[in-house]
This record gives sequence, C-alpha cells and structure tokens, in this order.
Amino acid sequence: MDGIFLQQMINGLTLGAVYGLIAIGYTMVYGIIGMINFAHGEVYMISAYLAAISLAVLAYFGLESFPLLILGTLLFTICITGVYGWVIERVAYKPLRNSTRLAPLISAIGMSLVLQNYVQISQGARQQGVPTLLEGAFKLNIGEGFVQLTYTKVFILIAAFVGMALLTYVIQYTKLGRMCRATQQDRKMASILGINTDRVISYVFVIGAAMAALAGVLITMNYGTFDFYAGFIIGIKAFTAAVLGGIGSLPGAMLGGLILGVAEAQFSGMVNTDYKDVFSFSLLVLILIFRPQGLLGRPHVAKV
Amino acid sequence: MSEAIVLSVDRLAMHFGGIKALNDVSLTIKRNSISALIGPNGAGKTTVFNCLTGFYSATGGSIKLNARGRTTDVIKVLGEPFEPGDFISPAKFCSRLYYKMFGGTHLVNRAGLARTFQNIRLFKEMSVVENLLVAQHMWINRNLLAGVFNTPGFRKAESQALDHAFYWLEVVDLVDCANRLAGELSYGQQRRLEIARAMCTRPQIICLDEPAAGLNPQETEALSRIIRLLRDDHDQTVLLIEHDMGMVMSISDHIVVLDHGLVIAQGGPEAIRNDPKVIAAYLGADEEELV
Amino acid sequence: MSSTLASKRFDVKKSLVDAVLAGLIALIVFGPIVGVVLDGYAFNLQPDRVAAMIGAVMLGRFVLSLFLQTPRGLAILAGFETVGSGVHVRDPGYQSHLRWVLPLLVVVALVFPFFASKYLLTVVILGLIYVLLGLGLNIVVGLAGLLDLGYVAFYAIGAYGLALGYEHLGLGFWSVLPLAALAAALAGGLLGFPVLRMHGDYLAIVTLGFGEIIRLVLNNWLAFTGGPNGMSVPAPTFLGLEFSRRAKDGGVPFHEFFGIDYNANFKFLFIYLVLLLVVLLVLYVKNRLTRMPVGRAWEALREDEIACRAMGLNHVLVKLSAFMIGASTAGLAGVFFASYQGFVNPASFTFFESALILAIVVLGGMGSTVGVVLAAFVLTVAPELLRSFAEYRVLLFGVLMVLMMIWRPRGLIRVSRNGVQPRQGVAP
Repeated sequence: MDGIFLQQMINGLTLGAVYGLIAIGYTMVYGIIGMINFAHGEVYMISAYLAAISLAVLAYFGLESFPLLILGTLLFTICITGVYGWVIERVAYKPLRNSTRLAPLISAIGMSLVLQNYVQISQGARQQGVPTLLEGAFKLNIGEGFVQLTYTKVFILIAAFVGMALLTYVIQYTKLGRMCRATQQDRKMASILGINTDRVISYVFVIGAAMAALAGVLITMNYGTFDFYAGFIIGIKAFTAAVLGGIGSLPGAMLGGLILGVAEAQFSGMVNTDYKDVFSFSLLVLILIFRPQGLLGRPHVAKV
Repeated sequence: MSEAIVLSVDRLAMHFGGIKALNDVSLTIKRNSISALIGPNGAGKTTVFNCLTGFYSATGGSIKLNARGRTTDVIKVLGEPFEPGDFISPAKFCSRLYYKMFGGTHLVNRAGLARTFQNIRLFKEMSVVENLLVAQHMWINRNLLAGVFNTPGFRKAESQALDHAFYWLEVVDLVDCANRLAGELSYGQQRRLEIARAMCTRPQIICLDEPAAGLNPQETEALSRIIRLLRDDHDQTVLLIEHDMGMVMSISDHIVVLDHGLVIAQGGPEAIRNDPKVIAAYLGADEEELV
Repeated sequence: MSSTLASKRFDVKKSLVDAVLAGLIALIVFGPIVGVVLDGYAFNLQPDRVAAMIGAVMLGRFVLSLFLQTPRGLAILAGFETVGSGVHVRDPGYQSHLRWVLPLLVVVALVFPFFASKYLLTVVILGLIYVLLGLGLNIVVGLAGLLDLGYVAFYAIGAYGLALGYEHLGLGFWSVLPLAALAAALAGGLLGFPVLRMHGDYLAIVTLGFGEIIRLVLNNWLAFTGGPNGMSVPAPTFLGLEFSRRAKDGGVPFHEFFGIDYNANFKFLFIYLVLLLVVLLVLYVKNRLTRMPVGRAWEALREDEIACRAMGLNHVLVKLSAFMIGASTAGLAGVFFASYQGFVNPASFTFFESALILAIVVLGGMGSTVGVVLAAFVLTVAPELLRSFAEYRVLLFGVLMVLMMIWRPRGLIRVSRNGVQPRQGVAP
C-alpha cells in the first residue's frame, strides 16, 4: 500500500465523518416531513462562524487550555446553532406545512440566500480563519514517504464518533427518539396518539442543526479557514452522502458520509483535485439514477 | 385467448418485502360484462386492482389484457428487471430495455384499460372540461407545430375532443359544471367526473375502485344506471370493487370474492349469496345486517 | 395560534409577551453573528447593530401580533388553512384587456431604442434577457411544477456555445442561435430523462449539482474554455455586415453599406431588436402552449402524476418536454447575453443566477406571463439603477421568496383558466 493512498484514506475518513454529521440533518428532516432542507448547508456555515467567534472571545478572556476552549466552543456553537435550526423551521417551513409541494423547497432556497447574505453583510465577504488549536501529529514511515495523522484529525474522528453514538442513543432509547420515529412512520397517526408532531418536527430541526454545529466546529478546526459561501458546496455533498446511504436512514447517513469522504479524497489523490467537486456531484447524479433508495434505504412504493 | 375473454389473470402473486398481499389469484373477465371484486378489508382487492392497472409490478403470475384487437402482457410493459437470458438474445434484451425506458403504467391505459381511484384523483385546479381533455391526450393532435400555428387540422381535432368531452359530461349529467374547477364540485359530482374522465381515454374495460363509497342512495342508484349504460350502450366491460352489497348484487353479472390474498369463490350473484365460505368470511350470517 | 379568539378584541399583553420572546430569540440569534465581527483572530464589538435589529424584530413581532388579532388578520390566518383558493375559470367569451395594451406596448418597444441612450439600451437588453430566462423557467416550474435549480447551466451552454463555436468552428451569431437552443435542449434531455422518472424533489438537487458541474468544468478546463478569464465573443453581424466603424478583412461595415452615419449604438440596437422579436415569439408560443395538449398535460402532471399515468400519459416524456423547452429558452438567452457582453466567463453562471431567475418566476408568476415580464424588469433593472442598494439585493430576493411562499404559495400557478362554450345535445 503506498503512502498517498493511506494518507488520503485518513483525510477521507475525517472529512467523511463530518459529511456524515451534516447528512444527518438532511436525512432526519427528509424522513419526517419529506422535504429537502436546502438551508441546512448554511446552518453549517453559520456554525463555523460561531465557532470562530467563540474561540476569539474565549481567547480574549485569556483561556488557553485546549479542553476548556473546545468544550466552551462546542457548547456555545451547538446551542446557538440549535436556536437557528428552530427559528428557520418556525419562519420558513412551518407556515407551509399544508401548502403545495414546491412551496417549502422554494422557501428553503430563499432562506438559504437570506442566511448567506446576512452573514456576508454582518461579517464581511473576506475569508475568516481560526488558529491551530492542537499542534503535532503521529508520523508513520511507509516506503519512501510517510503518513501523517494529526492530533486534530484524531480529535475529529473521536468527536464525530461520540456525536453519532449520542444521537443513536437518543433516537433509539429515549422518549424523544421514540416520538421522532413514530412521527416519521406516520405523522397523522402519531398526532392522533397525542404526540405534538409540530414540536417533534421542531426538535428534529434542532437536532439536525446541532449535528451540523458539531461538524462546523470540527471542519473549522481542520481547515482553519472558511467564508460565507462555504455552506453551499458542503451542503450538496452532505446531501449526496445522505442519498448514498439511503435518505431517511440514520446509519445510512453516517455510512454515506464516510464512503463519500473516502471516495472524494482518493479521487483527488489519484486523479485530480480541481475536479473533486465535479466527481462528487456526478456521483450524486449516478446514485440517483441507478440506486435512488441508496445503500440502506427502502425502495419507494407509490401509494395509489 | 378467446375473443370473449377481455382480461385473464393467472396465478397472480404480489409480495411487499415479506408481506404476501396476494398469493394465488386467478380470474377471467368476460367481455361486455359487469364483474365485481368483493371481500373483507385487507383481502387484497385494491392490490389486485393496482396490479391489473399497472401501478404495481406483480411479483409472479401473468395478466393478459385482450383489448383493442391485440393481447397485452401487463407485467411485461411495466418493464421487468433484466434476466440472464436477456444477455444472450439481443431481441429480448432490446425489448426489455425498451420497456424499461419507455414502459410503465401508461401503456396499460393505452392498451384499452381505464380506472378510477378510491380516493378521488382529479386535477383539482383545472376546469372540468380540461380534466376531460387531458384524458384524451392520446387521441388529439399533439403535433407541437400544429398547435403553435393553430392549424385548421389542430382546431378540428380540438373541437372533436370537446365534442367527446361534452358527450361524456352529458352522460354523467355535469354539463352545467363544465367551466367550474374540478376541486369545487361536490363529492358525488367528483365521483361521476372521474368516471367520465376514465371513459374519455376510450377504453374497452373500465375498473372502478369503490365508486359508490360515500354516495347517498339516490346517487348510488344514478351510478348503477351509468354503469349499466356503459355495458349496454358503450360496449364496455366493467370491473368494480365495492362494499355496497345491494348495488353489487343488483348490477353484477359475475362476482369474485377475495380473502387473505386468495380467491375463495366466484360466480353469479345468487351462487355467491349462498356460498358458505363467502358467508363465513365476508357476508356474515344475515345479509340484511349489512350496510 | 387561534387561541386569541377571546371575547376581548385586543390582547395587548399577549402581543407584548410575543414581542419580548421574539426579542430574546433575536438576541440569541443575531447577537454573536451581528454583534461580534471577526477581525483576523481577534474581534470587534458592534452592539449598536444588534440593538437595532432586536428593536426591529420586537416592533415587527408586536405589530404582527396585533394585526393578527384584527378581523383581517384572523381572516388571513384562516386563509392558510384552506387550499385551492384563488384559481378561477374565465367566462367562455372572456377577452383580455391586454389585447388593446399589447400592440401599443410592442410599438413603444420598437420605437424606444432609437431615442434611448446607450446605457439605457444596455439595461433594457439585460432586462429582456431575464424576461426570456424567466419565461423559460416559468414553463418548467410554473406549468410543469418541476423545480430546476441548475437552470443557469443551460444559459451557460448557450453563452459558451457562441464563444466556443466561434473559436473552434468559426460559427457566428446567427448559426449559433438555433444550435445553442438545440444543444441546451439536448443537454436538458440527457440530464432529465433518467432523473425525471424519480420522486420530484430529487430533480431540484440533481439540477443544482448539474449547474455546479457545468460551472466548475468551465472554470477548470483552461485549455478549452479559458478558465476563469473567460473567452471573447464575436460581435453579431447583419447579413454579414459588421456593426463596427471599420470592418475586418476589408469588408463593408453596416453603416457604409446603407450610407448612414456611424453610431456606436448599432450593435446594441441590433441585439435589442432581435432579442425583442425572440421574446415576443416565446411569449406567443407560451401562450399557445397553455391551450395545447402538451401544456394541459404539464399542468395535469403538476396536479396529480398518478392520475396522469392512468390516463395513458407517459409522465417521463411529458415532463421531459417541459424541461427541454425550458432549457432551450435558456440556451437562446445565453447567446444574447454573450453577444451583449462581448465576452463570457464562469462568474456569470453561479448558483445565485439560478436563484435570481427563480425569484423572478416566484415574484412574477402570479398566474400570468405578464407578471414574469414585469418581475424580470423589476428585479434586474431596479438594482442596476440603485447601485448603493446592491449589497442587500440577495437578502431581499431571499426574503421575497420566503414571504411569497407563505402568503401566495399558489402564485406560481396560472390563476385564471380558459373557459369553454358548453355544447348541448352531443349525447343522445
């Protein structure tokens, strides 16, 4: 096995774990109200800004230990991004619950434009960045080259894994998770049984936003830079991951994220970096054509 | 296949994942007859309908539709998955590929079978006449250039389509509603409009999914009259799912009883009324108690 | 929400509580992003902006809350519950007032460029290009109900078709015009055929991805498309006569051939007139389409796909026809855009452009083609005239799209349908 392959494998897995976290937001919302939340990528973008702001503020107050910094940033970012998720649902989607099929999609596009431009106006169009928080890396010599696994990447993998495990626990074993699953199966029946489905839908948006926030903090740590346009491309890619894994399925979103991340990293390692986005988008088109139900999803049977 | 048989279903099976909705359903429908499909809820009546009309691709068995002077294999035109044999014979491969690309439910309708839906599916925000014109899509001048330049041929075809539409509106007594939105009509009117729309596709067999559901006795009576008219004056074969036993017994020539995905009895109304298996599974001891 | 139906007409306390809650949420949401502006790894505080925004949100929520307690507000709230309102069928003998206005407008449009300044002419040309784009997308989104978010890709195919056709094949404006429409339609067909048989929402994301693919390829394929620097586009000619002061290769320029004085506006005048003809043609075709079988089939598919399949309509091909006709219109617009601008580069074909065209359709699609034409001018010409306002343009489009969907979700649908003279006595 050569070094580049292994290095790209590591890069791909880290990136894929993060795609998986964002894909959860798409897949949960799609599962519960059958709508593609186009504004989800922008939620991720906002969380990246929030993470940078939180780091800057904490550093201003002289906080320097990594665990405290990252804990504070995660807490702050996840909470505020969760509120964003709630507000977006309340403003742009909830009034459209019984509207035409196209209305929520268009409203989501509008919301996405609003968020992008709002951040651009308030924070300026220039690229933003955060300092490297964790220095150092494991190094491994292979043949002529070496493979490098930075501590940041290790942290990202662990954090993403913990986030997913936590979410799986919430969905599988708590009352909230049960309500979510019931609403996903049959919204009308769930509301007849006394579940406040509107509230469940709000929770789903908050959970999705929180996962995107985790992803936002992690990606910001890894790459260090971002701008107001960052949500667009990552949003489509995370959606690709959700479709790849089977939209509506939580494990599918995580699996799809990992596969997409690795495939994309290997493509840029072996073929061409310029066309890695083209590769991901083409993958999306091909999956939708040949296996629209994804890897773990169920085929769609139209009700007549 | 004999000319007298318009639809023959042989050993039809339909499985959804692990659930076996239909196990072994065989039935034949005679031309120019009224047949009814009855059975308790969950017996698989609507699944049979959806298989016949091409909305579900059946798991096994065969459905042969003998209308418009040719025999159509309903399962084949929906586009089956490829089989190993296809990769040896190019002709089979091409036909399979063709139906996979261009096949589908619409070919069943074009073969001469029309249907209505249990929960009404009209084009609610289009006018009543437009609903009927859409149904005649295959029968009018679809040439883009003719339409854009509004040629005499195009106008003539449109006018004929309108004649046809108003003909059926008159049959179902909706001429006064011609310029209203389909969604504004009353429930009974919508049911009748759906039948008219199905008839506008000029089928030879029409499948009605619970046409009398939610109608009052007068409306049911009018519906029975329309169904008889379809058979007697328009050479139609009618197949219907219905729970209103009074109506079923009075208009049907042939009744098929379904239970748990199996045909448990078929025959004329008298025979079915007295069949012990049917009484046990569906009709109950005393027919008068039925609603 | 409807718990405000109390005996009292105005529950000011409730409105106040609503306003305070909204203010709190606004503080959480806007506080960090608006109030703390990143500056390198440090930050600047801007509390005044946050205060202003929170104030605006609280005031807005308070007024909205009060308004929703008035009878009119209650009526609007109730209006959300009902579906299918607002569409009506015209009387059979109905004739639009537009038949008087339209010829007048056409005459004005034909005479206008001879008196306009070059700047005004270019602005109006841009407006007309967006009219063309809006009309095309209106067929796809408004009539067929397909959300195409990569519409700009077909626009790019038209524009780059002209640049590449000139560079590699020596084709000019006139030969590319039909070819670009054809190429865009073909691309739409290739993309649409596999995708259109699937669940409707996937189309939106696939077209979004397709639009990005086209833009990225244009951006990265330096040898073929010139990459981010773009390509130059030949000026259009009239029967082989050029509009420049001196013709290349010893030809005769337009003004010398006809013996008139040279005018730098000639090129734009020419583009304007051809564009106007194409727009009028597309308007006419679109008007006809709604009365043709295929137009009816599009709308029927939008209403109920399953019923359409039961009527013998091949839903894939019918949708594909709408998708391809829409794409070819964008291809046409692209050719005009390229000749108008004189060069093309990938920056003109970003997702924002697709969103702008969608905003035109959403705002203008209030049931009529006229709406699209007006919206195209409002959304493209107004920002051109109000430069200082440009920063907020995208924000406004976004807000507009959300609000339109909340208040007029059916704005996309044709609200007045053609009536038909009833025919009696066709049945026995």
